[in-house]
Amino acid sequence: MTMVTVRPEEQEAAAAATPEYEKAASRAASRRGLLLALPAYAYLVLFFAVPLGIVMIYSFATRNRFGGTDLSGWNLEAYRKLGDPIVRDILFRSLWLAILTTLICLVVSYPFAYFMATRGPVVRNVMLIFVMIPFWTNFLVRNYAWRVLLGNDGLFTNISEAIGLGERELLFTTSAVMIGLVYGSLPFMVLPLYASIERIDLSLIEASRDLYASGFQTLRRILFPLSMPGVIAGSILVFVPSLGAYVTPEILGGAKTTLLGSYIVTQFLTARNWPVGASLSFVLMAVMLVATVVYFRTGGRNL
Amino acid sequence: MTSDGGNDQVNNQAAALELTAITKRFGSVVAVDNVDLEIADGEFFALLGPSGCGKTTTLRMIAGLELPSEGSLKIFGDEAATLPPNKRPVNTVFQDYALFPHMTVEVNVAFGLKMQRVPKVEIAERVREAIGLVRLEGLEQRRSQQLSGGQRQRVALARALVNRPKVLLLDEPLGALDLKLRQEMQGELKALQREVGITFVFVTHDQEEALTMADRIGVLNEGELLQVGTPAEIYEHPVNRFVANFIGQTNLLDATVVSNDTVCLANGVHIPGKSDLDVGSRVAVCLRPERAGMHRPDQVPADHQSVVGRLESVTYLGNALVYTVAFEWARLEVRRENQPGGYRPYVGEEVAVSWTLDAISVVRA
Repeated sequence: MTMVTVRPEEQEAAAAATPEYEKAASRAASRRGLLLALPAYAYLVLFFAVPLGIVMIYSFATRNRFGGTDLSGWNLEAYRKLGDPIVRDILFRSLWLAILTTLICLVVSYPFAYFMATRGPVVRNVMLIFVMIPFWTNFLVRNYAWRVLLGNDGLFTNISEAIGLGERELLFTTSAVMIGLVYGSLPFMVLPLYASIERIDLSLIEASRDLYASGFQTLRRILFPLSMPGVIAGSILVFVPSLGAYVTPEILGGAKTTLLGSYIVTQFLTARNWPVGASLSFVLMAVMLVATVVYFRTGGRNL
Repeated sequence: MTSDGGNDQVNNQAAALELTAITKRFGSVVAVDNVDLEIADGEFFALLGPSGCGKTTTLRMIAGLELPSEGSLKIFGDEAATLPPNKRPVNTVFQDYALFPHMTVEVNVAFGLKMQRVPKVEIAERVREAIGLVRLEGLEQRRSQQLSGGQRQRVALARALVNRPKVLLLDEPLGALDLKLRQEMQGELKALQREVGITFVFVTHDQEEALTMADRIGVLNEGELLQVGTPAEIYEHPVNRFVANFIGQTNLLDATVVSNDTVCLANGVHIPGKSDLDVGSRVAVCLRPERAGMHRPDQVPADHQSVVGRLESVTYLGNALVYTVAFEWARLEVRRENQPGGYRPYVGEEVAVSWTLDAISVVRA
């Protein structure tokens, strides 16, 4: 709100203000604002918008007999390929997995975030650090660590054997991928949830209890609706990367359960069908775009 | 109707609230210290004290938002000390109202009834009634952000009263309002209480608010309940220096008990002053500025006690004048209505400050 007024030009002496001068001053202010944003704009346009345009162009191109791509004979063939049963299965499997990952993250994170948001500042900060600690290790390393835990002689197999469930191999299954995805995404759910629960006036919870609501009713009618911005933000932050996840399914998943990310990479590198890879990438982005718009529509209003 | 007449009588006589030896500790801090308090049905009761005196903690224990460390708390004869808030027949008007921001006025007011699974038709009827009671008709669809402070307060009142609680608790109900609105709401709250006939217990740090609104006042300091009584009792017969000082303006003169009807002031003069304290104990003589008289030193009425000092300053308040009179051993304030004529000494003049025996009270120091 309060901004130093930018003068249109350096003046020798101050003069009485006029509406024209005021208008010129505000124009100058917005010009300078634009100038400040320019480096980031330029970077985004050059390395994001332009490549995106290239991907879009390729999605309408034709694959030639030699595995190359001809930038001619524009068609929708690549998009038609998405109706293919194999691709459709992969699409649905990825969607399902992303939704499930998001839900599990939400259920696991919500109590944690609530606990954290209602502690004193010291406990709060310690817990925040705990949430961040995994980021100190490389993402790839962490995924390989899960390979050890879930593998043949790993912790999980040993536990399931010990409690009499028999030898269960989790590695290279969809469950393994989901465990890995939930693990990797938890902080992205916890942090927005924490931020939005922390802002809720705790006397509202007391008021709800005073007005005969049980603990669960208070959660359902007061706490959850008021933390909706965090729920939606966290869900998008988990859902979107899970949908296009590549590294975790590659490392923990099996060959039978190809997901969208791996499939797109295969199209570009192995199958050498760039138009299909490009069109899939584009559809994926459209889904994410819709999710984000939904967020700003619902979350934005409640903020 | 029950044939067991005795039982019936017991229920009729049960106090709305009965606190026995209620104590609340937070770690090593004693917030409320061994408080005994009985509040009758239909009473408008004020818990008064400076911030941090334990009044809000006491209120929260009655609401069930805070668990007492020990002691008994009965609501209409039923032990309730450990009941959760949703199981108590009391409702609270929170200090900053705590209206649910994602709900309209109407939904806010209906919340308690909905949680109690009251039939929909009845909810609609009672909500309409409650909104009428606090005169908020036409604002049913507003959200709390679209309401003024006074309107929010009315919503908070309606939201609590709609449940027909046996006791209504109010935490600094007028604290967030500006002066003009606060004075208006004081009268309104009192009228509302008379209309609904429910026991109101409110917490305030504003002695004037307590005196104006309450039937009885409980004065708290540092977790201790110092005195309980009607506004007149508390104002005219404070039990100790703290209460005398906290309620209204007062002059406190250090003194020592000489006998059960004489005290010795700090200047060595013996004056009549009734007290039942031990001879030799240190006390304070409490003389309210408006109860003190002021005369030319040679014109003090025969039945008045007086001390002579020098007029130090005069503060003009419009409807009254406050004279500050200095002595070598004390300083007194005398408040006189601004009437035409009468004695008007000048600053620097020698004046006599006088009082009759019934104007003073001797309190524990």
